Amino acid sequence: MLDARLVVDRGSFRLDVALRIHPGEVVALLGPNGAGKTTALRALAGLTRLHAGHVTLAGRDLDRPGERRWTPTERRPIGVVFQDHLLFPHLTALENVAFGPRRRGLDRRRARAVAADWLDRMGLAAQARLKPRQLSGGQAQRVALARALAVEPALLLLDEPLAALDARTRLEVRAELQRHLAAHPGATLLVTHDPLDALVLADRLVVVEEGRVVQEGDAAGVTARPRTDYVARLVGLNLYRGHADGHTVLVGDGLPLTVAEPLHGDAFVAFPPSAVTLHPHQPARNPHNTWPATVTGVQRHGDHLRVQLVGPVEVAADVTPAAAAHLRLAPGQPLWVAVRVDETRSYPAGIDERRSTSPPVTRQGRQEP
Amino acid sequence: MRRVETTTRPVRRSGRTGRVPVALLAPAVLGLLFLVLPLAGLLARTPWNTLPQRLTAPGVLTALRLSVQTATLATLLCLVLGVPLAWLLARVEFPGRRLVRALVTVPLVLPPVVGGVALLLVFGRRGVVGGWLDATFGITLPFTTAGVVLAEAFVAMPFLVVAVEGALRSADVRYEEAAATLGAGRWTTFTHVTLPLVGPGIAAGAVLCWARALGEFGATITFAGNFPGRTQTMPLAVYLALETDPQAAIVLSLVLLAVSVAILASLRDRWVGT
Amino acid sequence: MTLRPRPRPGSRPRTARGLLAALAALVLTVTACGDATRPGAGGGSGSGGDLTVFAAASLTDVFTTIGRDFEAATPGVRVTFNFAGSSALATQIDQGAPADVLASAAPEPMRTVTDAGNADGSPTVFARNQLVIAVPEGNPRGVTGLADLTAPGMKVALCAAQVPCGTAARSVLDAAGVHLTPVTLEQDVRSALAKVRLGEVDAALVYRTDVRAADAEVDGVGFPESSGAVNDYPIVVLRNAPNLTAARAFVAYVATGPGRAALAAAGFQVP
Repeated sequence: MLDARLVVDRGSFRLDVALRIHPGEVVALLGPNGAGKTTALRALAGLTRLHAGHVTLAGRDLDRPGERRWTPTERRPIGVVFQDHLLFPHLTALENVAFGPRRRGLDRRRARAVAADWLDRMGLAAQARLKPRQLSGGQAQRVALARALAVEPALLLLDEPLAALDARTRLEVRAELQRHLAAHPGATLLVTHDPLDALVLADRLVVVEEGRVVQEGDAAGVTARPRTDYVARLVGLNLYRGHADGHTVLVGDGLPLTVAEPLHGDAFVAFPPSAVTLHPHQPARNPHNTWPATVTGVQRHGDHLRVQLVGPVEVAADVTPAAAAHLRLAPGQPLWVAVRVDETRSYPAGIDERRSTSPPVTRQGRQEP
Repeated sequence: MRRVETTTRPVRRSGRTGRVPVALLAPAVLGLLFLVLPLAGLLARTPWNTLPQRLTAPGVLTALRLSVQTATLATLLCLVLGVPLAWLLARVEFPGRRLVRALVTVPLVLPPVVGGVALLLVFGRRGVVGGWLDATFGITLPFTTAGVVLAEAFVAMPFLVVAVEGALRSADVRYEEAAATLGAGRWTTFTHVTLPLVGPGIAAGAVLCWARALGEFGATITFAGNFPGRTQTMPLAVYLALETDPQAAIVLSLVLLAVSVAILASLRDRWVGT
Repeated sequence: MTLRPRPRPGSRPRTARGLLAALAALVLTVTACGDATRPGAGGGSGSGGDLTVFAAASLTDVFTTIGRDFEAATPGVRVTFNFAGSSALATQIDQGAPADVLASAAPEPMRTVTDAGNADGSPTVFARNQLVIAVPEGNPRGVTGLADLTAPGMKVALCAAQVPCGTAARSVLDAAGVHLTPVTLEQDVRSALAKVRLGEVDAALVYRTDVRAADAEVDGVGFPESSGAVNDYPIVVLRNAPNLTAARAFVAYVATGPGRAALAAAGFQVP
């Protein structure tokens, strides 16, 4: 069980996040670059000194800055997998994995046995005698994982473990990582900016922006009800913040959106780009949720096209190639936007289940990563 | 007559091929000539017919052996003291670090003979440390082989410290962090991770240091004096031979040169080469 | 390392100034050696212009004085000195260094120059020098003669046999039948003297003039055997002298003219 509140001051940047991870649980720390994810990981590893807060791990008080108490990295029951594996170049794969057990008191023979066992589990028994430079990127990252797990850490920290790999290797290593994380009895914190990593590998997501937690929950909850532009962008939703009165939410400079779920007060409205249709003229049949807009960009997106538009609010729409040809889409072209009411989701913004510190959303998210 | 041997760092062989700009080639060739021509001058004036007798003359081998021994001991001393010093400068933040870094290089700019006098003022019979050593243990350093080692180490250590510090600063500290996350304390990290990582840098520094110690003249003759078999190293023998017998000086220089080139070349291939 | 049984407590350095002076002397000597080939600033012609004098290191002080006097007496001439070991000077001249005059501290280096045909006329002996035992001020170990130098624990510096003061020291020791093992064989007389000034040795065999130049920090102890190895200082005009007229005038000034007084004042015997 990890219980931590991490406060690190670095000039104008201040990290202040609270984390609780149960044994066997995998938590993904998700956020854009510069959000403080890696700083949080380094603070947990003792590589960056905590200025306030605390770190308690497996019943041990590791850091209490208030009592001027810190535990040096080498005395923490942790394992870390770094982005670019950082295997010691002068040691073989086996010696790299045996390094940790050896430091934790095993004699040379037993440490090597433990290491061989771990390499075997990773399917790398044949590579045991190779130096890191002779390994492929995926192999090296698996050796790095074995090295971190070989010390049986109470807390496993993964810092963008897949970021340095090419797309195909990432797929393989991700699957393997999932298997080993599921088997890992300790707590795991995965730092990533890739939502796919987070969704596949983690039991719970913690989203940080500008040093603060902006949203937290399981994958379904976070993806269904984004609370910041960043999360909306990650999950590919249009997101607006406004004021609700029953089925109508006023967003932007007073644009009324009709929503399926009635509510009152500050609210978020989210809908996928596929809920948006585009028309050359104002749709006569149903005047709800329509407004004039101008095309600013068109991109291929899977088997359809994603269209960016500006108007009273910005919005992204998905259209089929046939519809695009019919509309003769081009930047600068005026069109009418319609949003299907039954595909909108609305939820309160005022009372956050987390301490909501996110800036008010004024634009919508529109792109998947 | 003094010489500072220069060793080149390992050259990566993936350089682009193609035309070499004359603006670079011309000064490069001139520079090479400038370094090599004096050597050719020595070779041209070598009395080849009397070479065997001169080489076997008493004192030549003694001086050579003493030179190699003292330069090696000085290098070991520099390694023992200089590598930790380089580590301190590269890895530990402390007030006045810039000043300390500058102080370390003082022997580089100090005329070696002044270095010798400075050593006398500290380790001499009336020096702060030397006087204490003499009064307490009856140990005197001037005019002893240990004095030669000390003088050579004083002059040569900056070469080692600067080379090793450079290697340490360019080495990725994240390897050391990785070692810490695996439970290695600072000392274990230093011996098991840092040292192997900067091994080539240390080897290069040691080679430079050894070469500088081998050619050391000014500090040695000032601090340790000149006595055959005890403190008379090759450079001192060369200098004194120049007084009466320039041809003998040329022969001695050639011997020193041959030995140092042979050792440096073999070391470079083994340790420093890629 | 030298290990001695219980030594007497070494005497403290008397003044920091003394040490600094010794340091300065050493630096001067060695930089003079290292920078010996500096040519005489182009070498003018006629009776005026630049005059380049190569002189033995032991003449540094007195020739500097004489040079100033000579410049005052001969308007238009500027004297440049190159002080170094006599043998080094001879080598430099044989290698074509543009010098006008050579003043050597011993006949042997002079002979290599005349033998090579680089002298204009034959050398004149203009000064003689005798060895004395240099001891720290006050003669703390009570040295009275050569025999005292072999006392146990006595540290003695000699010049190396390759330089004139070393040859002279060897010959007086041999003549006196004194078997002496020095701790060091210094590369020139000033270095040997510096070791006395710094307190690193208890005695050194050096020239009387050097002791006199060292002022109060060093005392000279004369000894009768020194007359057996009197050192002759020859001077000669060089054949390829760029400034022949001034060179001849300078040699005359030193050997027979007002230079004699300065030499005598410095402790030389003047013939």
